[in-house]
Amino acid sequence: MSTTDHTPGPRPRRHLAAAAAAAAALMLSACGNEADGETSGSEAEAPESLTVTTFNEFGYEELFEEYEELTGIRIEHNKVDTAENARDALRNSLGAGTGASDIEAVEVDWLVEFMQYSDRFEDLSDPEVEGRWLDWKYQDAVDEDGRLIGYGTDVGPQALCYRADLFEEAGLPTDREEVAELLDGDWENYFEVGREFVANSEAAWYSGSDNIWQGMINQVEVPYETEDGEIIADTNPEVKDRYDALVTASVDDGLSAGLSQWSGDWTDAFQRDGFATMLCPGWMLGVIEGNADGVEGWDIADVFPGGGGNWGGSYLTVPSQGENVEAAKELAAWLTAPEQQIKAFEAIGAFPSTVEALESEEVQSATDEFFNDAPVGEILANRAEAVEIQPLKGPNYLLINVAIQDALNRVDVDGVDDAESSWEKFVDDVEAMR
Amino acid sequence: MAAVTSAERAQVRNTGSGAGRSAGPGRKPAAGSLRNRLSAWDRRFSPYLYISPFFLLFALVGLFPLAYTAWVAVHDWDLIMGQGEFTGWENFADVLGQRDFWVALRNTLSIFILSTGPQVVAAIVIAYMLDTNLRAKTFWRMGVLLPYVVTPVAVALIFSNLFSQRFGLVNSVLESIGIGGIGWHSEVLPSHLAIATMVNFRWTGYNALIFLAAMQAIPRDLYEQAEIDGAGRVRQFLSVTVPMLRPTIIFVVITSTIGGLQIFDEPRMYDQYGRGGTDGQWRTLTIYLYELGWTRSDFGLASAVAVLLFLLIVAIGIINFSITRRIADAEAADRRIRRQKGAR
Repeated sequence: MSTTDHTPGPRPRRHLAAAAAAAAALMLSACGNEADGETSGSEAEAPESLTVTTFNEFGYEELFEEYEELTGIRIEHNKVDTAENARDALRNSLGAGTGASDIEAVEVDWLVEFMQYSDRFEDLSDPEVEGRWLDWKYQDAVDEDGRLIGYGTDVGPQALCYRADLFEEAGLPTDREEVAELLDGDWENYFEVGREFVANSEAAWYSGSDNIWQGMINQVEVPYETEDGEIIADTNPEVKDRYDALVTASVDDGLSAGLSQWSGDWTDAFQRDGFATMLCPGWMLGVIEGNADGVEGWDIADVFPGGGGNWGGSYLTVPSQGENVEAAKELAAWLTAPEQQIKAFEAIGAFPSTVEALESEEVQSATDEFFNDAPVGEILANRAEAVEIQPLKGPNYLLINVAIQDALNRVDVDGVDDAESSWEKFVDDVEAMR
Repeated sequence: MAAVTSAERAQVRNTGSGAGRSAGPGRKPAAGSLRNRLSAWDRRFSPYLYISPFFLLFALVGLFPLAYTAWVAVHDWDLIMGQGEFTGWENFADVLGQRDFWVALRNTLSIFILSTGPQVVAAIVIAYMLDTNLRAKTFWRMGVLLPYVVTPVAVALIFSNLFSQRFGLVNSVLESIGIGGIGWHSEVLPSHLAIATMVNFRWTGYNALIFLAAMQAIPRDLYEQAEIDGAGRVRQFLSVTVPMLRPTIIFVVITSTIGGLQIFDEPRMYDQYGRGGTDGQWRTLTIYLYELGWTRSDFGLASAVAVLLFLLIVAIGIINFSITRRIADAEAADRRIRRQKGAR
C-alpha cells in the first residue's frame, strides 16, 4: 500500500494504462491548474458522491462499493500511481486552495511536511474513535494544537521475504524458522550471509541499495533533522556509517542486483531470479505477489536485521477546502475502522493500525498461499511488536531521503560515481535545502 | 515567433502592392459630413477592432502570467504559504549558482538538437516520398500521423520500457549483434538519444504532413523543366523541392524550437521517479522548474528558472528571426528581379 519511499508505486505492467492516466492527470496539474478535483457534491448534508485520492494500493475498491450500498453515496476513486506524485498534487491543491479530493491519503514520510499546514485540514478528533489506533500511529497525526489531521490506515512492520528455492541452490536453509535464526542479528550479519550466498549463486542477495536503505534508516532515532528543525543529514555519523556499509556491501561485495526500486528493470527481475531477499513491510507482500506472478519459492521469515522496523503506512485526511467535509469525515472514519482494515488486509496485505484489528482472529490467523502458506498475520504482528524506534521525521524527511537514495543509486545502479563523490553530491543537495 | 514571421511576410507582400493602394481610399476630400467621418474612422480603426480579441485574450492568458511570473521570481514564494519577502535578484543568483541548473541547460539544448535536427530532415524525406504517385494516398498520409495521435505519456511509457537498461528490447537486440549493454538510463548521451527518439517518433509525421502540404504547392512545371534539363530524382529533390520549401522549413524549425526547449512529458515519464535521473542525466529545464516549484515548494526559484527559460527561447527565437528575415529579403529580391525580367 504505502511506502516510505518517495515512489512506492509498483508498476506491474498490467497497470500501465492506469499509471498513464494518473500521470496524464499529473501533467495537467503541472500546468498550474489542478483540474481533476471535482468536489461535485451539492448539499453539505447528503452529497451524491465523494472523491477519494489514494496512491499505489490501498485495497479499497470493494469497500467503496460496500459503502455505496450502505449509504447511497457514490465514491469517485482517484488512484495516483506513486506516493510522490500524490504528494505533489496535494501540495498543488493546497496552494491553489482548490482541487483536492474530499479525502486525501497522506503517507507517513510526508505527513510531517503537511503538519506545517495543519490548519488547511479538518480536525478529525472525535471521542468515538479515541483509542482505536496504536498510540504512536495516532500521536504522529496530532499537531501542536492537539488537532488530529489524519485517521491511520495501515502500518508497515517489516519482515524478510526470501526465495526458498534460491536459498536451497546456494546451500542455505530454506525453512522459515531456520532462516529467521540464520538472519537474526545486525545488518553486518545479514550482509555476511549474503556474501556466502552470492559466492554460491548466480542471483544477487537483494534488489538494490535503495530497498535496503529504507530498512536501515528507519532504525535511526534522529536521522536527518533534529527536533528543533536543524538539518543534520550530512553530518550525522549514523547516516554516513550506514551509507558506507551499504555501498561496500552492494558494490564491493556484489550483494546488490543494482536495480532501482519500482523501475521497469526491477519489476522484470522478479520474473528472472534476479535476487533472493527483500525487505517486506505488509504492503510489500501484494507488490511481490503482483510482480512475481507465477514464480514459485517466495517465503517470508519472522526476522529483520537490526531489530524491528516500520516502513511506510498512511493516513486519510480531509482537506478543509472540500465542500463535503462532514460526509468525508464519516467516510474516513468508516474506512479506517477495524472491520474495514481487516478487509483491506485480506485484499492486499495492508497491515492494520487499529488495536482491535491487530488482535482480531482474522488477522492473527491469516496465511498467504503465495508465500508458501506462511502465517503472515502472525509474523507481521510479531514484527510490529519488535518495532522499538519511531524515527523523528522532520518536514524535509522525504526530500533528504530521496537525495540519499539518488546518491546510493548513482553508485549502485548507474555507476556514474564512486561512494565518496556521490556522497559529496548528496552533501550539496542537502546544503541547497538549508 | 510564428506570428512575427507571418506578419513579416505579410509586410513584404504589402510593400509589393503598396503602389496601388495609395491611389485608393486615402485620397478622400477632407471636408466631410458625419457620415464621411464615420466611414473614415471605420476604415482606420476597424481592422484593429477586428484583431483586438486575440490581443485582449493574449494579454489576459499570456502577458499577465508572464509578468506575474517575473513578479514571483523576485520574491520568496512558497507554493502553499504564498508570497513572502521581496528578495530582488537573489533567486536568480541562487539558480545560476546551482550545478543543477547548468546540467539542466545542457540537457535541454542537447535533447533539443538531437530531436529537432533529425526530425526536420526525416520529415522532409517522408513528405517527398508521400508526394510521389502512391496508391492509397490517404492511408499512407494518415499512417505517418498516427504516432502523433498517441498521447505522449503512453509513448514515454512504451519507450522507457524498450530502453530499459537490463531487460529492455533495444539492449537485447544490440547484445545479439555484439554491442554491449548501453546505459540508456544511466549515461548522459544515450538517455538523451532515447528521449529524442520518443520526440521524433511523435512529431516527425506531423511535420511531414506540413511539408507535404507545402510540396504540393510547388508548381509541377518546375519539375518538368528540371527533368528536361536532365536532373535525376535526387537532384530534383535537392535543387527544386528543398529550396522551394524554405519558408516552411523555417516555420517548422521555429515551432519545434519552442516545443523542444520546453520538453517535459517525455523526460518526466522516462523513469519511475520523473526527476531526470539520479545524477540529473536527462533532467531538462522544465523538469528542474517543476521540481523546484512543486516538489520543493519554492515558487520563487521555479519562477526564476521560468524567466531564464523564457529568455533562452527569446534568444534562440531572435536568431531564428534574423535568419528568417535574411531569407525573406533574399526572396523579395528574387521576386523583384523576376518581375523586372517579366516586364522587359
